[in-house]
Amino acid sequence: MSDWRPAASPAVLALRARLLARIRAFFQARNVLEVETPCFSRAANPDPHIESFRLAGESRWLHTSPEFAMKRLLAAGLGDCFQIARVFRAGEAGRRHNPEFTLLEWYRLAWDHHRLMDEVADLLGELLDAPPARRLTYREAFVEFAGIDPFTADVVDLRARAVEAGIAVSDLGDDPDTWRDLLLTHLVEPNLPSEIPLFIHDWPASQAALARIRPGSPPLAERFELYWRGMELANGYHELTDATEQRRRFEQENARRRLAGLPSMPLDEALLAALEHGLPPCAGVALGVDRLVMLAAGVDDIRQVLAFDWERA
Amino acid sequence: MATYSTNEFRSGLKIMLDGDPCVIIENEFVKPGKGQAFNRVKIRNLKTGRVLEKTFKSGETVEAADVIDTEMQYLYNDGDQWHFMDPETYEQVAADATAVGDAAKWLKEQDICTVTLWNGVPISVTPPNHVVLTVVETDPGVRGDTSGGGGKPATTDTGAVVRVPLFINEGDKIKVDTRTGEYVGRVKE
Repeated sequence: MSDWRPAASPAVLALRARLLARIRAFFQARNVLEVETPCFSRAANPDPHIESFRLAGESRWLHTSPEFAMKRLLAAGLGDCFQIARVFRAGEAGRRHNPEFTLLEWYRLAWDHHRLMDEVADLLGELLDAPPARRLTYREAFVEFAGIDPFTADVVDLRARAVEAGIAVSDLGDDPDTWRDLLLTHLVEPNLPSEIPLFIHDWPASQAALARIRPGSPPLAERFELYWRGMELANGYHELTDATEQRRRFEQENARRRLAGLPSMPLDEALLAALEHGLPPCAGVALGVDRLVMLAAGVDDIRQVLAFDWERA
Repeated sequence: MATYSTNEFRSGLKIMLDGDPCVIIENEFVKPGKGQAFNRVKIRNLKTGRVLEKTFKSGETVEAADVIDTEMQYLYNDGDQWHFMDPETYEQVAADATAVGDAAKWLKEQDICTVTLWNGVPISVTPPNHVVLTVVETDPGVRGDTSGGGGKPATTDTGAVVRVPLFINEGDKIKVDTRTGEYVGRVKE
């Protein structure tokens, strides 16, 4: 092994340390408790678009976010809490992805996603002098930047829009969400204004993940994503607290995994039991710390903010 | 048949796309916060040289292209095909006009070229970066002008037309950069 040196410069590593200290100070000042939860779990994330690493020969998986364990703490009465966690997602490597990365995740009791967006914007302001953030609904973002209404368009329309925009892609099948994700990554995200932080909220109910769904026509997921300077930074929810609905979503995700030829994941029965016991109404968000450092350092490759990236690890 | 998953995508990887061998120039992994990940790749078609963009669903697999670059000596042109030889194995291959393309005007017998083989058949030829050619036709030289300013067209023994300084005469040997088509200098015998 010749390439033993770190990928990040000493200056960037020092900046990283300062940002971590300031994140902790931010939450300490707001009485949000720092917690730590296990990296290895007997359950795994069934999200069909996220692959967990499995411990060889055992029923143990590395967590892909500390969400399930932190919700158990909330159900146990811990109150507002945050965690800076190392998380793991197999196969995610690129300019903005490393299979092992750092998430800042926090939960606020009795808040909804809008109030939490305010706090995320406060954090960005304090750490990076970010200007005030703008909010757009998922529909507004699509209409403005992809030229299509994502809720009234069907697969045929979405596919036609991709072809019209010159996106050459193999056939993605009949799931409208796959086509929406294509337009989101190829048309919306690259065209978002980059100078101010931007929240996209009110996602399709089919992309709710662990967010509450607000009834209506169409029903909307109370979920948000944060973008700034061309980068996706955070994903947050007004959290789903209904155990039955949570189990149904997990099972649906496992069904989609099987359909895609992926192994089913063991459901987190401890989380489901905690929800059964009662998760207090809350909002939660996960923010990519490595990307935060990228913005602070003004670099555009995640390897430049990691002591040792996946290839050097 | 060998295949690659999008996880293995990196620049330089040779894959099959719509029946043609291609090389990946750039690979970008994009993923919305939640949801489907994609690999956006910039690809060069090795037969036509055209560069195109293509998006794959992450996790998809594509067929590998059996493409290798070999250093071969250019032997001769039989009027129809260009013949090359592997200087180590003495094995010979013939490339047609489509494969040779623009490289034809730089090919001089004995020169070592890079021949790209797909399933053993030449699909493109890259001449050496610098070649020495003989000027066979140009306007008479202007004595005393060695500045190279201005210049004039000159036709070489391989048929290429190169802009040369005014002092160059027919029969002179010149060094040319094949990547830019530009005159580099006069070669003294």
